[in-house]
Amino acid sequence: MEEFLLRFLIGGALVSAFAVLGDLFKPKSFAGLFGAAPSIALATVVLTINTEGAAYVATEARSMVAGAVAFFIYASCASWLLVRYKFPALAATSSMILVWLAAALGLWVVWLR
Amino acid sequence: MNVTVDPSALGKTKWYEYAVRFVFGGIVTVLAGLIAKNFGPGVGGLFLAFPAIFPASATLIEKHEKQKKERAGMSGTQRARNAAGVDAAGAAIGTIGLLCFAVLVWQLITTYQTWIVLTAATFAWLIVSVLIWHLRT
Repeated sequence: MEEFLLRFLIGGALVSAFAVLGDLFKPKSFAGLFGAAPSIALATVVLTINTEGAAYVATEARSMVAGAVAFFIYASCASWLLVRYKFPALAATSSMILVWLAAALGLWVVWLR
Repeated sequence: MNVTVDPSALGKTKWYEYAVRFVFGGIVTVLAGLIAKNFGPGVGGLFLAFPAIFPASATLIEKHEKQKKERAGMSGTQRARNAAGVDAAGAAIGTIGLLCFAVLVWQLITTYQTWIVLTAATFAWLIVSVLIWHLRT
C-alpha cells in the first residue's frame, strides 16, 4: 500500500511539474512539447530500479519506445481532429486514447513480444 | 518564432485544475506499476509513454483560450480548439524526444548509474524536442 501511495505522490508531482512548465511557455506549439515529457517514466524508473533491478527497467524502457511511437500517432491524430475538424478538445483527446492503446499493443505484439 | 516565458499564465489556472492534473498523473503512475506487476515489464513499459494528462491539459487550453476571446467580445470556440490542436502538434514533436529518452534508458540503465542515465535521457528528450521544434517552425 505504501508503495502505491509513494508512486501516486511522485507520479502526480512530476506530471504536475512538467505541466506547469508547459503552462509557462509561449507559443502553444512549444508549450505542447511538455505534454510529452517523460514524467511517468522518471517516476517509475526511480521507484522500480531498487526493487526490481536494472534489467527489469531496461525491458520497460524497450517497451516505452513502442509507447512513444503510439503517443506520436495519438497526438498527431488529436491535433488533426482539433485543427481540421474543430472537434471539442475533450472528445478529440479522449477518443484518441483508443488509437494509442491499439498502436501501443499492436507494436508490442508485432515487434516486442 | 520566439519562445517567451509568461508567469502570469500560472495565475489563470485554478487550484482544482492543478489538482486534476496531479491526480491523473498519480493514478497513471500507479496503474503503470500495477500493469507491469500483473502482465510483466514488457506490457507495463508501454504505459510509461501513456498520454496521461493530455485530455485534461487540452481541455484546459480550450477553456482558457475561449474565455480570453470571449472577454475580447469574440466567439472563441473555433480558435480555442485550434489552440488545443497546435498544442497537440507540439506534443507530437515532443514524443520524438520521448522516444530518444526511452532508447537511452533501455541501452544504458544496465551499465551506468541510474541518476546519470536519467539526467542524460531527460536532457536528450529536451534537446531533441526543442531542436525538432525549431527546425519545424
